[in-house]
Amino acid sequence: MGEMSQREAYGRALADYGAINTEVVALDADTSSSTLSNLFAQRFPDRFVNVGIAEPCMVDVAVGLALEGKIPFVNAFAALVALRAMEQIRTCVCYARTNVKIAASYAGVSDFKDGPTHHAITDIALMRALPEMTVVVPADAVECAKFVPIIAEYEGPVYFRLSRAATLPVHGADVQLTLGRGITLCEGKDVTLVATGGMVGRSLLAAEQLAKQGLSARVLEIHTIKPLDEALVCQAARETGAMVTAEEHTVIGGLGAAVAEALGANCPAPLERVGIADRFTRTALDPESLMDACGLSVEDIVAAAKRAVGRKG
Amino acid sequence: MADPKKIEELQEIARRIRCDIVWALVHAGSGHPGGSLSATDFTTALYFHTLQHDCTDCCWPERDRVIFSKGHVSPLIFSLLAEAGYIGREELKSFRQFGSRLQGHPNLECPGIEVGTGSLGQGLSIAVGMALGLRMDGLSNRIYCIMGDGENQEGSTWEAIMSAGHFKLDNICVVLDNNGLQIDGWVEDVMGLQPIADKWRAFRWHTIEIDGHDMAQCVDAFEQAKQVKGQPTVIIAKTVKGKGVSFMENRAEWHGKAPNAEEGRQALQELACPAEYLDF
Repeated sequence: MGEMSQREAYGRALADYGAINTEVVALDADTSSSTLSNLFAQRFPDRFVNVGIAEPCMVDVAVGLALEGKIPFVNAFAALVALRAMEQIRTCVCYARTNVKIAASYAGVSDFKDGPTHHAITDIALMRALPEMTVVVPADAVECAKFVPIIAEYEGPVYFRLSRAATLPVHGADVQLTLGRGITLCEGKDVTLVATGGMVGRSLLAAEQLAKQGLSARVLEIHTIKPLDEALVCQAARETGAMVTAEEHTVIGGLGAAVAEALGANCPAPLERVGIADRFTRTALDPESLMDACGLSVEDIVAAAKRAVGRKG
Repeated sequence: MADPKKIEELQEIARRIRCDIVWALVHAGSGHPGGSLSATDFTTALYFHTLQHDCTDCCWPERDRVIFSKGHVSPLIFSLLAEAGYIGREELKSFRQFGSRLQGHPNLECPGIEVGTGSLGQGLSIAVGMALGLRMDGLSNRIYCIMGDGENQEGSTWEAIMSAGHFKLDNICVVLDNNGLQIDGWVEDVMGLQPIADKWRAFRWHTIEIDGHDMAQCVDAFEQAKQVKGQPTVIIAKTVKGKGVSFMENRAEWHGKAPNAEEGRQALQELACPAEYLDF
């Protein structure tokens, strides 16, 4: 692929931004050479805290740093921080509304080789359920880098979900990003593909295939899953009449659920959810084939789009 | 050694605070008397002798920070804040009422609270973060963290103890309210922690053991802790749960139950509280 991985784009961006904003501090739980928070640590050792293998402690230490006016970026594997430190995140980050940023790396199945213990497929659902939490899932390396200052300068808790892998490039360097605002990547009138994270690139490929088969697919990127850009989603539902969601996450509680809630409440339309079925994943030799095996292939998106179109009234 | 007159004055404040605790609990109809009464004396020494703070400016950057990791002692916390002038004393009657800023467990709505607590095993990690932040900024403010002994059963507590020792955070002083009881009974029966001081020492902490109801020992311990360099200090305060109210002392069932009106009157009488407390 030759593309920069999401974690590397993030790690470099955090270190670069650290030079501009001296209130930024970084924490890790013995994974800094994996999350690449070590790029920040090498440049700013006095603003880096490694707490050892202790994710709950790390989150609360970040809370303390935030209370002292710092902008802490917590770095960890998504599967660990979102589960083991969940209560710390609820109570001391969200309820106290402290300015803590959780950079959750190795999300989805991007840590393919380590298996289900290391795959984060429920984290969006968990984080989205928390009051005060903003949930951001970048599509590609450009977004990973460009979101770092945006998230740092937003006042409040953020869950920033990063892939270990390189995802398909979607954006040029000039892309304009606003928290809570989705992006229409291509127009279409027959069906809308609503995608997040690494599934955005795959949805653009699906739209190309659908075009060859005579279906005009709109592609929306939802990088901010919470708060959801309901206006953009509902406009697409009204204009295309059929919806598909695509995410590297269980079909329960993630982007598909968020869109379903919006459609059900405001703008009903047939919806098909492309995501990981309600079961545990498996170890694999590479992330791309594992995503395919999890039902996240371009063909899965195409098939879901056809089903959604077939259900139009 | 502390001035005997000052000690007497602190003892009198502690007595008033115990009255406030019982009074607030009767009005609320729920809450946690046992741990509030066990921690009253050393927290009185802390707030009215040791602490650098300003009740007119709870964000004063040079203030010392206090984190009650045992957030369930909210009757004590709010009574201390009322006595110190952060909130009005009458406001204690609104404790746990809907719409009150005196929530069941304290949060940032109430002036003088550094961070909301109530879920055990988290206060010390937050203290570690604050201590690191202050050290990064070259500030010498101290951080006091009040913990229960039962709370030492939480795994996250040991993560925090380990990290404060590792980072040599001599700006942290923990007081462990060692009343020996938790909801289900004696700590040693539920999940034994002794020898607790050895455990903290093994995690690179300086330990001071005191009688947590001896005001002079409390005052001296805080002063001693300030002199310790290169490691954090834990003051292990041996206390009596429900201290000062005969029928609550050493009784686990008074961990989280408010006295009714009759029990409240008896408790206030035992504490020699003025007649104005009998307004229920």
